[in-house]
Amino acid sequence: MMEVTITTNKMNHLVDPNLHIWGWEVPVYLFLGGITAGILIVVSFMLLKDNEEKSHVVANRLALLAPVLLSLGMVALFIDLEHRLYVWRFYTTFRFTSPMSWGSWILLIVYPISFLLILTTFRKGFSKASLWIDACIQSKPRIWRYLRVYSWLLDFSEKHRRLIAKTAIPFGILLGIYTGILLSSFGARPFWNSPIMGPIFLVSGVSTAAALVVLFSKDREEIEFFTRVDIWLIAGEISLLILFITGMLSSSEQHLKAIQLILGGEMTTYFWIFFFGIGLLLPAFLEFMELKGRKIPGTIAASLVLFGGILLRFVIVEAGQVSTWIGY
Amino acid sequence: MKKYAMVIDTKSCVGCGDCVIACKTENLVPEGLHRDWIVEDVSGKFPNLNMEIRSERCNHCSNPPCVTYCPTGASYINRGTNIVLVNKSKCTGCKACIAACPYDARFIMPEGYVSKCTFCEHRVKKGLSPACASVCPTHSIDFGDVNESVSNVSKLLRKRKYKILIPEAGTRPNVYYLI
Repeated sequence: MMEVTITTNKMNHLVDPNLHIWGWEVPVYLFLGGITAGILIVVSFMLLKDNEEKSHVVANRLALLAPVLLSLGMVALFIDLEHRLYVWRFYTTFRFTSPMSWGSWILLIVYPISFLLILTTFRKGFSKASLWIDACIQSKPRIWRYLRVYSWLLDFSEKHRRLIAKTAIPFGILLGIYTGILLSSFGARPFWNSPIMGPIFLVSGVSTAAALVVLFSKDREEIEFFTRVDIWLIAGEISLLILFITGMLSSSEQHLKAIQLILGGEMTTYFWIFFFGIGLLLPAFLEFMELKGRKIPGTIAASLVLFGGILLRFVIVEAGQVSTWIGY
Repeated sequence: MKKYAMVIDTKSCVGCGDCVIACKTENLVPEGLHRDWIVEDVSGKFPNLNMEIRSERCNHCSNPPCVTYCPTGASYINRGTNIVLVNKSKCTGCKACIAACPYDARFIMPEGYVSKCTFCEHRVKKGLSPACASVCPTHSIDFGDVNESVSNVSKLLRKRKYKILIPEAGTRPNVYYLI
């Protein structure tokens, strides 16, 4: 049975012949959101384990990157908007059924939490900056008096560090999972429409945060610990990806067609060779060899994990847009 | 509540595109963008071919995923009817509704907000038919309230065989195609 379908007169920009509404901005945002979630989780975990001495970078300094990376992600998201002057409309309502509305409010809550998380160990992690701010407050009370709020917040954060860390973990998980739910809740795009998408994005986010620690840390013990953690996270990510693919294979015709995009279809090379091979298996292998005592710079595996993390988002965002119910 | 539906006869539609032109003229749809379009669906194996011509548009679903997904409430169901509309002063252009629509019926206007077929709501509230239905030279497009048993659309749906597009998506569309 041969079937030919001809469409005329639709030709809408970004919709026809293939949906292409989201370019680089959304995958970049999903990557940065995921890594921020990962940072919140690993930092809080180390704080709760009282590992400041053992894990200096993570416990004392890494949190500083959370609001920075999240802000960069939000800039990407803002660039993606088409009606930018109306961006404030996200915050005049809360739509219970819209994951994007949940996301915009979660982002708003994550900001103060990440700032408080920085302050919990600000004096230890950034002692020079902290001393400079203290000196400013004391020397010029008139101009700097507003910074007294900072001192109060610093004391508050140091006193309630466990509470802050305990709050940051669920919000980190929420942020990480949300980046996947954002896509998986689109019933109209079969490739995204899998409940495993949330956990995949969360685990990948924590894995990229662990890679970031390896990149920034100079302490051997800390690098070794996070290398070991990352191997487990990659193993978890591979298991979830297998679940994702088998779930799609046992689903409806549309899902079957959609998953063919990475099982022989146009995204196969990007997914299996570049993401799965170079961005997941290779760094896991290198990390394993490092732990076995081979002299391989940890930065190679860490960079590959970050590369894999960003490529995963690019491949999934693109594949989801190509997958469709109608096929014309 | 009024439940407006469009019933399109694929047996008498010749795919002339008059509905597309009428819509663009009535709603001042900018160049290069379309709220409705023609699909010529050819199936079978030569020489036993079958062709179906459909004039397609937003299905004004009873369970519209675009409204469910919209983060700001810009996509909404018009009160008292089932017509799905977009409030451009609430739309951020995030494009979630475009991704949520399985029929790919939505698009971005040059100004940045999302647009689509409105069932010519401005005409309907005056008691007129949508522009596409009123100009169709073969009278293939009927419009009316399916909650009224004497309306043309109700009669057609009682008398003729019909289908809806992608029923398995669960959107409960309100554009019917007579087959």
